[in-house]
Amino acid sequence: MKPVISSFCHVKNNTVRVDAESQFEGDPLLPFPEFASSAFRHLGVAYPKFFKMDNLSKLALIASEYLFRADPAFLAVGGENTGIVLSNYASSLESDRIHAASIASKQAYFPSPSVFVYTLPNIMIGEISIRNRITGENAFFVTPFFNTNLIVSYVNLLLEEERTKACLCGWVELDGPAYEAFLYLVVPSSGTRKNSNFSEHSTDNINLLKNLGFGIL
Amino acid sequence: MKIPAYIGPDSIFSPLGFGTETNFSGIVSGRSALGLIQSAYSANPFCASLFDETIIDDIFEPLGKPSDFTRLEKISIMAVASVLKQSGISLSDNRTLLIYSTTKGNVNLLELDASSEIPENRVYLPVFTRLLGDYFNCANEPVIVSNACISGLLSMVIARRMLRAGNYDHIIVAGGDIVSEFTVSGFRSFNAMSDEPCRPYDASRKGINLGEAAAAVVLTRDRSLAGTVPVVMTGGASANDANHISGPSRDGQGLFLALEAAKLEAGITTAGFISAHGTATEFNDEMESIAFSRSGLSDVPLHSLKGYFGHTLGAAGLLESILGVHSLKTGKLIASAGFREKGVSGNINVIRETGNCSLNSFIKTASGFGGCNAAAVFTKEDAE
Amino acid sequence: MDALIEKLKREIIQQLNLVDLKPEDIDADAPMFGEGLGLDSIDALELIVLLEKTYGIKIKDPKDGKEIFKSIKSMASYIHANGKS
Repeated sequence: MKPVISSFCHVKNNTVRVDAESQFEGDPLLPFPEFASSAFRHLGVAYPKFFKMDNLSKLALIASEYLFRADPAFLAVGGENTGIVLSNYASSLESDRIHAASIASKQAYFPSPSVFVYTLPNIMIGEISIRNRITGENAFFVTPFFNTNLIVSYVNLLLEEERTKACLCGWVELDGPAYEAFLYLVVPSSGTRKNSNFSEHSTDNINLLKNLGFGIL
Repeated sequence: MKIPAYIGPDSIFSPLGFGTETNFSGIVSGRSALGLIQSAYSANPFCASLFDETIIDDIFEPLGKPSDFTRLEKISIMAVASVLKQSGISLSDNRTLLIYSTTKGNVNLLELDASSEIPENRVYLPVFTRLLGDYFNCANEPVIVSNACISGLLSMVIARRMLRAGNYDHIIVAGGDIVSEFTVSGFRSFNAMSDEPCRPYDASRKGINLGEAAAAVVLTRDRSLAGTVPVVMTGGASANDANHISGPSRDGQGLFLALEAAKLEAGITTAGFISAHGTATEFNDEMESIAFSRSGLSDVPLHSLKGYFGHTLGAAGLLESILGVHSLKTGKLIASAGFREKGVSGNINVIRETGNCSLNSFIKTASGFGGCNAAAVFTKEDAE
Repeated sequence: MDALIEKLKREIIQQLNLVDLKPEDIDADAPMFGEGLGLDSIDALELIVLLEKTYGIKIKDPKDGKEIFKSIKSMASYIHANGKS
């Protein structure tokens, strides 16, 4: 019973696309924080915690919220049986720089706990977990680019060992003005939502999907 | 039937000593690397375990030009080089992989007065990976796991899974973190730091001490690398609390789930001892006591090693697992340094004195920011 | 005191990223933790930073925070008694 891809989401260029279809198009000139607020408000959910997050976690939340909204059956296997395996290049550098700046001057030395807590890339996994009551396996990898083979093979291992029944996977990267998120959901084949050419969770299929949102193949 | 994941050669580089043997005999004799640190970047002194950089450079010399590498890079290269030498493995063999665990990498490069000899882009973890990959001529791009304080243990759990799946013959799991103004100021802002040696699980515990270290261990399918008393990593799992990004849950649900999954996989209900996380914060230790109780492990002798090394962040789970394996092999139960009187509500059996004990297995746990938890089981082969 | 309370409301909204709240939405007598504003442990630490950064007051024992930060009014009273606004 091979694991299959259920849905996928791209957040890039101030646009959110799920399964390659546009869900939200923000003003392309907006800096990320403003785009993030508008994209999140567009969902119409009441979750004030979103606004306390750093930019990296906000990006992860937006991508996962749009994805789960399109695929509510995903969480049917239960939070304990759902894993989250994410990755990026810059780790939490965005918040790291803010924290470093807050301690740069001895005269104005005010490190902030709400900044410091975000100086770890796996916090985004924590935020998604809290929001959706997901308590399964976690892993955060830092790699030079989205390492399809690493993510696909590791997640398939988790599913084969039955350590998890479903998994949220992907790449959430934010460094200065540049950002990009590519998240997708993997489920056991009996839970497949649609019958698509890309359904099997394989390196080839994910490589195709990761570029699909923006017409690049 | 999957091939077991054996624990092969290991190495630890910490302010307590260079080499696992020195570190293990150090904790057996009750020595700690913690000291009160007066630092340019902190108005108040703090208690931590720090390297003497000149000692690092002296030992590093044969491996490269010290000024070309950061402190973290030097200790990490030394740790990996040591296990490669001990095992005879080469990372240029494509059946090998290097997994490296760190929470902050070269974060001190963000400081204003950071050395100008090191390019600033080495603060990016993949650039650090590239350096390791080039240095050791790795056939497979090293992988970095950065998952808060469970990184070291989680890396071993991940490596074990990959190894048993047959993708590799040997996986070197290495990890490290340094103490910097970045981390000291951050934990200070959480009121989490103690200015005395930390006291895990103790009624008068006041918070953590930070520590720096690097460690490495070979996980292998090759039994001949596991020594005369082979130890197998028989189970491993992670789980999330889904409660709060910095505060652990009251019921220790995440740690409980990880424990149950690891024990189930290893086929055990109890163990010889537990090497727990025990950071000596009010909330972490309390949460752990609840989780261990719920998991039926109240009577199992338990310690935290943070009282010897401080909290070494990305190295912690790895360094502490390695020492646990040596405890298993030598039949030594290590005291939980800093403990006098139980100050947690869950029932746990904290080890008060180091002594001899016949041991067949131990459980290692770790917990971290982001609600993450990991647990693993290590078992002597004959005991299986 | 009223001016201080209004100023404090704005500063808290900003420091704690309470994005959807306006000063008029906040009841100065209401509990800040638990019910009321529903702040958490990180917020509590941020309030300590706020006290130091904006009002130059260092709390000696963080455990005193519970009383000081009970409500915005109690926080304002503490500032009034201990610091330079």
